[in-house]
Amino acid sequence: MFDLDRWREIFQSISKNKLRSVMSGFTVAFAILLFTLLFGVVNGLSNTFKEAFADDAMNSIFVRVWKTSKPYKGLQTGRRIQLKNKDYDFVKENYESKIEHLTARIYRNVNISYKNKQDNYNLRAVHPDHQFLEKTIVDEGRYLNDRDLKERAKVIVIGRLIKEDIFGEKPALGKRVNMNGISYKIIGIFSDDGNDNEERIVYMPVTTAQMLYGNNDYISQINVGYNPKLNLDQAIAFGNKIERDLKKKLDIHPDDQSALRVRNMAEANKGVGQFMGILYVLVIIIGSGTLIAGIIGISNIMIFVIKERTKEFGIRKALGAQPSSIIGMVVQESVLITTLAGYLGLSFGTYLLSLIGNSLEEDYFIKDPSVSSGIVIGATITLILAGLIAGYLPAKRAARIKPIVALRAD
Amino acid sequence: MIEIKNLHKSYPIGKDSLHVLKGIDLHIREGEFVSIMGSSGSGKSTLLNIVGLLDEHDEGDYYLNGQLIKNLNEKKAAILRNKFLGFVFQSFNLISYKTALENVALPLYYKGVSRRERLKTAMEYLDKVGLKDWANHLPSELSGGQKQRVAIARALVTKPKVVLADEPTGALDSTTTDSVMDLLKDINDEGMTVFVITHEEEVAAQTKRVVRLKDGVIISDELTKKATQSA
Ligand SMILES: Nc1ncnc2c1ncn2[C@@H]1O[C@H](COP(=O)(O)OP(=O)(O)O)[C@@H](O)[C@H]1O
Ligand SMILES: [Mg+2]
Repeated sequence: MFDLDRWREIFQSISKNKLRSVMSGFTVAFAILLFTLLFGVVNGLSNTFKEAFADDAMNSIFVRVWKTSKPYKGLQTGRRIQLKNKDYDFVKENYESKIEHLTARIYRNVNISYKNKQDNYNLRAVHPDHQFLEKTIVDEGRYLNDRDLKERAKVIVIGRLIKEDIFGEKPALGKRVNMNGISYKIIGIFSDDGNDNEERIVYMPVTTAQMLYGNNDYISQINVGYNPKLNLDQAIAFGNKIERDLKKKLDIHPDDQSALRVRNMAEANKGVGQFMGILYVLVIIIGSGTLIAGIIGISNIMIFVIKERTKEFGIRKALGAQPSSIIGMVVQESVLITTLAGYLGLSFGTYLLSLIGNSLEEDYFIKDPSVSSGIVIGATITLILAGLIAGYLPAKRAARIKPIVALRAD
Repeated sequence: MIEIKNLHKSYPIGKDSLHVLKGIDLHIREGEFVSIMGSSGSGKSTLLNIVGLLDEHDEGDYYLNGQLIKNLNEKKAAILRNKFLGFVFQSFNLISYKTALENVALPLYYKGVSRRERLKTAMEYLDKVGLKDWANHLPSELSGGQKQRVAIARALVTKPKVVLADEPTGALDSTTTDSVMDLLKDINDEGMTVFVITHEEEVAAQTKRVVRLKDGVIISDELTKKATQSA
């Protein structure tokens, strides 16, 4: 296949006929450029969406309660619903196989003071699994564990920014702070990929909070991390089941949207997935349309080019060129031009995308637009095939022209 | 070398067909220097193209170097042309983007000769036609006579059995015509068969045998003074 002389012939034919080569290459380069930009921009959109969900684990289901909005079983509207430990246990026992992580949450506002510094922060009293559901990153020390819960230990894990607020550059781990009159030991410091507020939160064992704030077994919220083996539809069904079962258990009307609400990330994911799917289908349609237009463009130009070269082929034939050699030469030239031009379009497109970078993130929700190497390889293969087709058909026809006819052509 | 018996050729023109060659019998032996004369449209080029395997005949037999030419596919024809035949055209037919040297070397490329060897041999033949100094010029930088000499060098470079020239001097003035004819004569003197089309009596007179065509038939076939002189 690698025939240096053939390549030399082709390079000469390309370089001595620059206008012709550039013309053939242009359509392809342009098509690929458009394709690259299109794909890159959609990837950018997709990145923005992925980012939006990066804060929490993708497989979360949140259960929250409020007041009833419908009478049910003789109970009145406006009844305040309260989740308790037994509801948490109910979820834990009933759906064990479908749950990867499980935690309760109690919300409180607290005032932390240390030496002469103090400030107000949000407190979340949770189970150890909360770390995984919130994707909390422990920078120093450790997170809450089962023993802390059992012992109702007066320990807290504080966000990175609380540490900065109160301790500045000084070490905070192991220090005791005063929180609403009670002394707590800092056992960990964390950071979080979400916004800054997420890093101004205090975590404490759910049991400690229940003991100290009212001495009851109330919880504000239950967070479930469903088993990642569930597909989106199964996960949505699971969320619906939790909702139905808990409503029944708490005597809530099945259609009461206010008393108990289940927010299932699977539903959001499915929506986003569908949206992105549609977007990608659109891009593939538009993209392949562009590519096909490029292929048709180069085919047309190849037909023109070959017509222009008919006489040259006649001369070559008179000198002993076999049809296969003419076809091979044209096809190879066509493949070379399409590949080079396509690559040029691709590189230019990628370069433009890199220039755009994150500058469109604010206004157009396009973050880090780029094309994957899979796309690049796919496009390159398409180009080579395009060059093959674009070159082969007209070349075959040209090679079939009798030399005497070809020689007479101008 | 070339043996033709009762050769016919027609060209379809719309529904009709134009009968151009109407039963040609011709035998050219190795080493002959033959010219074909005849008015325009008498079928000279048609005959030469058939002999050169650039076109196919309809009827009759054609033997090239003892081989019956029949139902040749393009590939076989290309191989035979490359091996046995060298062409010189009235309009030179050089490839415009190749230098004189590259044009001369091209038939050797199709013969599968290595690049080094090709360029070396091509240079020898350019030297032979007196154009060594013009090797790296493009055809557009050469005069008509020079172009034709490049074309002759190209026709000779594969050492063919027969050189076919269709009005090689048709586009040249009388001085360059003479130099081109001298070149063909030299080639013939070296033993190569040369077959020239012309409609100039002076050109024909420099060959050794003149075949006259009229309306697709041979009306005369005689040796020239040159032939009797050299014999
Ligand atoms: N490909 C062709 N199709 C139709 N007619 C042709 C073709 N080639 C030649 N002819 C006709 O055949 C006749 C002989 O042509 P040609 O052999 O070129 O004559 P000459 O070379 O003697 O001038 C002319 O009338 C010419 O018009
Ligand atoms: Mg003619």
